[in-house]
Amino acid sequence: MFAGRIIGRVVCSEKVQALEGKKLLLLQPLTWDKKEDGDPLVALDAVGAGSGEFVFFVKAREAAVAFKEVPPVDATILGIIDGVEFNGKYTDGK
Amino acid sequence: MQFAKVIGTVVCTRKDEKLEGRKLLLVQPVNIKYEPSGNPLVAVDAVQAGTGELVLLCSGSSARQTKLTESRPCDAVIMAIVDTVERDGTVTFDKSQGS
Repeated sequence: MFAGRIIGRVVCSEKVQALEGKKLLLLQPLTWDKKEDGDPLVALDAVGAGSGEFVFFVKAREAAVAFKEVPPVDATILGIIDGVEFNGKYTDGK
Repeated sequence: MQFAKVIGTVVCTRKDEKLEGRKLLLVQPVNIKYEPSGNPLVAVDAVQAGTGELVLLCSGSSARQTKLTESRPCDAVIMAIVDTVERDGTVTFDKSQGS
């Protein structure tokens, strides 16, 4: 699982049925010391994350398992991070 | 998922029988600034997308999770057509405005 920050939202009215009622978010992958790590991607939200939040997400087929309908998604946001201890240093989720 | 722009269709008379009846589109992955990123690829269309539209592309084995692609040899599926994208509070793409 990887760290990221929610930077926006994607709205799609035409989508596969399994995605109805679900939230697509724009996500900037980050390293664990919160530096940008690669291009932003779109991820499905499983936890009610909002703009600006520090989150962790899963990529590939496992992303679909987070939902009962097993939708066609390759990235899912699984948790909102309150704080991380990384290299002996604690930082909060901001 | 990745943003991509539909740039064409691919027609194949002879193909794996599990792909029969599936619409194949040529898509160009784009980055967050909607500039081409990497090489175009072929994806199965699950949402009746058309040329020029900005779509969401799901790749890898997750692409088999639609009714159209379940248990079929497919590693990329178009699973949504993008209406709007909002980034840092600004709308960066709006289909109705054509940009």
